[in-house]
Amino acid sequence: MTQAAPIQTATARKQVSGSQALLEAFLTEGVDTIFGYPGGAIMPIYDALYDYGDKINHILVRHEQGGIHAAQGYARSSGRPGVVFATSGPGATNLVTGLADALIDSTPVVCITGQVFAHLLGTDAFQETDVINITTPVTKWNCQVTDASEIPAAIAKAFYIAKSGRPGPVLVDITKNAQLQMFDFEGYTPCEHIRSYRPKPIVRQEYIEEAAAMINAAERPFVLFGQGVILGNAEAEFKTFIEKSGIPAAWTILGLGALPTGHPLNVGMLGMHGNYAPNVLTNQCDVLIAVGMRFDDRVTGRLDRYAKQAKIIHLDIDPAEIDKNIKADVPVWGDCKETLPLLTELVQQKSHPEWLQRFHDGDKQEYEQVIHNELNPTDPVLTMGEVIKILNELTGGDAIIVTDVGQHQMVANRYAKMNHTRSNITSGGLGTMGFALPAAIGAKMGAPERTVVAIAGDGGIQMTIQELGTIQQFGMNVKILILNNQFLGMVRQWQQLFHERRYSFVNITSPDFPKVAEAYGIPGQKVSEREHLRTALQTMLEHDGSYLLEVMTGKENNVFPMVPQGCGVAEIRLS
Amino acid sequence: MKQEYTLTAYTENQVGLLNRIAIIMSRRKINIESLNTSPSEVEGIHRFTIVIQETEEMVRKLARQIEKQVDVLRAFYNTGDEIVWQEMALYKVPTDEIAEKVKVERLLREHGARAVVIRKDYTVFETTGHREETNNLIKVLEPYGLIEFVRSARVAIIKDSRGFHEQLAKFSSEE
Ligand SMILES: Cc1ncc(C[n+]2csc(CCOP(=O)(O)OP(=O)(O)O)c2C)c(N)n1
Repeated sequence: MTQAAPIQTATARKQVSGSQALLEAFLTEGVDTIFGYPGGAIMPIYDALYDYGDKINHILVRHEQGGIHAAQGYARSSGRPGVVFATSGPGATNLVTGLADALIDSTPVVCITGQVFAHLLGTDAFQETDVINITTPVTKWNCQVTDASEIPAAIAKAFYIAKSGRPGPVLVDITKNAQLQMFDFEGYTPCEHIRSYRPKPIVRQEYIEEAAAMINAAERPFVLFGQGVILGNAEAEFKTFIEKSGIPAAWTILGLGALPTGHPLNVGMLGMHGNYAPNVLTNQCDVLIAVGMRFDDRVTGRLDRYAKQAKIIHLDIDPAEIDKNIKADVPVWGDCKETLPLLTELVQQKSHPEWLQRFHDGDKQEYEQVIHNELNPTDPVLTMGEVIKILNELTGGDAIIVTDVGQHQMVANRYAKMNHTRSNITSGGLGTMGFALPAAIGAKMGAPERTVVAIAGDGGIQMTIQELGTIQQFGMNVKILILNNQFLGMVRQWQQLFHERRYSFVNITSPDFPKVAEAYGIPGQKVSEREHLRTALQTMLEHDGSYLLEVMTGKENNVFPMVPQGCGVAEIRLS
Repeated sequence: MKQEYTLTAYTENQVGLLNRIAIIMSRRKINIESLNTSPSEVEGIHRFTIVIQETEEMVRKLARQIEKQVDVLRAFYNTGDEIVWQEMALYKVPTDEIAEKVKVERLLREHGARAVVIRKDYTVFETTGHREETNNLIKVLEPYGLIEFVRSARVAIIKDSRGFHEQLAKFSSEE
């Protein structure tokens, strides 16, 4: 008796499980890496994944928070959405910090969470949690799927929403029955349009013309740029605009790297611990041109003392950002990839030597009072700044720097040299301690050809230190630089400056970090003397594989300049 | 200056969208005074009507935040004089109390109310109008032993609007 062979063509409809359909969708979306952690409610998906080992790389992280931060790092270094798997209940709730981080920093991440069987929804079943409602405020979009046939369309929407317009995290919660259910899979079609969703506002030529006229009439124009330039892949368009108009440009920490730090018109960092000149001159320019940045309070300081004298031109893809914090005189809605060239065409070729000189004058003052001592200390105790300086010399400014949150973050952002875009990966909006190590893992996966250095404090590294296990298991090459001041430094700095030195629970002890690394099979060392610093950094960078370097730095060093909370940008303190 | 605004959002009919819209308000500690969801003039498109007390600047930002949601097509805001609005209220009173008093019938007529249900034990009246009108009838019925009162959310028509059909066509062509 002969048996009919099962129909197995790639194009024809075939019966597949919801889980297989999900992975097929991933292949079409070009997903090559998933960061995840299995559990009961996502087991059918993991079972399907078993057969996709040659096509999709799954990285087993040590905690779901590590998974989503890794996905964020991957997205930030590669420009492609990061993908995360987590199980229901605690697996899903462990994603929340990363979702909030990705939302506020506009990072495209697609999270898939397993969920209990649909018939158990609302019964307080084992590991049932209301993931959709928990994650609604921290996702750009989310949805629950209870039937396998809905999976392809939901995944298509998820990727489209995550990466289009202003990117952000999305979450698809799939009940276990839908993962198991067999259905007629008619192939996967990526989504290119959603009726109710306009990723990019229409560019209005009249505003472009108004903005150009304002720029052409300006005597002291000043550009502020943010991550919008990077997210729009508009670095070249931005550079052309700056160079033609001759306008000095300063960056938010998420914009760092969009224009090389060494560019003659790059006048430095904005905000609370930014450079002196760009902060002070914000209140002296006559036209302020904000490109893909959102006037965060850490950038503006006190709003009623912010650029009151200036006309504001705001370029942003997200209409909700225009007039949110700072009222724009000319709103230039749209993707800066499109708006910048239109603007460049209409602006006059110019230079502003006297105005630019004022930035240099401010730099000189900051150099003398802050930077010189930070980078060339005479005291035997190491400063964070000198570590970054030597790191710059050794990497040439070509590395990806992933920072955690605190003093070391501000110092690294202030002093790191960056020649390339997508080189600064940091938790800017949410300020998530524990971000650096897992994000560096993802950043390396997203840009394997680049050197990736994670810089963390002794506090933050301990929040996600378990990810050393991920590094060990997957043989990754991530450089881990811990700047250990034996304090929760940034909080201590505030207690010193604003709470009369009442050091309340900022004293933190640490394990022997190189030994911890060693236990994970990662070599490392600790240095506290200047004479060993350069060689140690060199050893770290030259080692073929991951390496942990702990550098002991001044316990009570502070980061300056500083715009104290509640003050205007012009009230920036140099000491 | 805070004043009453009516927000109107045209949306897809999606599970979870109500929460997304509600948390835009609650996150800013804004109390929703009234919220209604219903079909709109366009088949398959839903309409939210939300009443809040806020400054114009805040309401403008809220409208943009609402519009930013993937499943929202457009959001508008209007002051009271830019809309025609109504709320419906139901009142339950003991039948024997009102049956005895002929005055009640006249009062109800004056307030544009009508009986929806008349049973031996109770009668349910309905009236539709502005907040003051439905409130006034409470005062009128209280002496007759008002048992239950409930008022619906506001529904509002925007005077200046030419409807969403045109907007939808524009929306689709803007892609
Ligand atoms: C998850 C989380 N908890 C608390 C904070 C508050 N916080 C901001 S900076 C900081 C201190 C960080 O200390 P450390 O990691 O040692 O870095 P340092 O400032 O010393 O460079 C703290 C506690 C935070 N940003 N994130």
